[in-house]
Amino acid sequence: MSGHVFLQRRPETMSATDMTTTVATPGGGQSRIFHVENEHHADGGSTMLGFWLYLMSDCLIFAMLFAAYGVLGGNYAAGPSPKDLFDLPLVALNTTMLLLSSITYGFAMLTMEKGREGATQAWLAITALFGIAFVSIELNEFSHLIHEGAGPQRSAFLSSFFTLVGTHGLHVTFGLIWMATLMAQVARHGLIAANRRRLMCLSLFWHFLDVIWIGVFTFVYLMGFLR
Amino acid sequence: MKADTHATHGDHADEPAHGSLRGYLTGFFLSVVLTAVPFWLVMGGVPSSKQVAALIIMILAAVQIVVHMISFLHMNARSEGGWTLMALLFTLVLVGITLSGSLWVMYHLNANMMLDPGMSQMP
Repeated sequence: MSGHVFLQRRPETMSATDMTTTVATPGGGQSRIFHVENEHHADGGSTMLGFWLYLMSDCLIFAMLFAAYGVLGGNYAAGPSPKDLFDLPLVALNTTMLLLSSITYGFAMLTMEKGREGATQAWLAITALFGIAFVSIELNEFSHLIHEGAGPQRSAFLSSFFTLVGTHGLHVTFGLIWMATLMAQVARHGLIAANRRRLMCLSLFWHFLDVIWIGVFTFVYLMGFLR
Repeated sequence: MKADTHATHGDHADEPAHGSLRGYLTGFFLSVVLTAVPFWLVMGGVPSSKQVAALIIMILAAVQIVVHMISFLHMNARSEGGWTLMALLFTLVLVGITLSGSLWVMYHLNANMMLDPGMSQMP
């Protein structure tokens, strides 16, 4: 291929299914005709794959934070260690909240599939309450730690701990904002195709956060206690 | 040809996995067990060796992640023509390299920075 290629569209030959493009090469003088098939895709047909790819990239963010915690988690700077700080019954309660919110979101998806709008909204509200409980318990834990003088600036261990667990908590918070938005959308427009798609994306997001939390409670809290 | 692709497309569009009640409940039950056991092991101090306890809870976490992937995130080899699984496998490879590489490199760095008496005799 050499030189420039000029694209010329001829509207009179365009139809709904295919498009004809004439390409005139400056040197040759001969024009080539390409038939470009205009494939029809269902509206939002690639959304789920795209959202999945976003989740995978989010997974990489968490992998970096886990790696940072794995490297720095033992550097206490003569400060408190996980055993001094972590309250395992509270973490167990927090884990329960997130696990319950996962199953209630699952029920929301099942009722959505049956087109029962009221039940879907109710399950979403219950899920949001569990999510709010999770974030509240976590914020309470954080404020307790900071009050004890074990804030993020105390040691490399606490810096990486607050970054990792805080990022997860921030994700849950944004998930809650998203859930409230979708509840308003469903209340206004009903369970239309677009809203179903959005609810499915949030479903992936919400369950994904639960998967990340498995890593957090295992590697940060339980393994921290075993150190 | 076009009708064919549309027909198969339609079939897939109908079954984007929402899961079933049974699937969700099975996943939930397994998750509860797989969460309760590691907490019980650590809080009760059941295994005498910490290494054994750490190994068990890591295995349980890995199993629970798989359970969540299948019953809550509805992972299978068919969804989106297998691309979600490919993306997941690729991500897992990257996560594995990141975690093992970071820990390996930094462990050796820390070990070599240690000021033990043996170090002074090294050339």
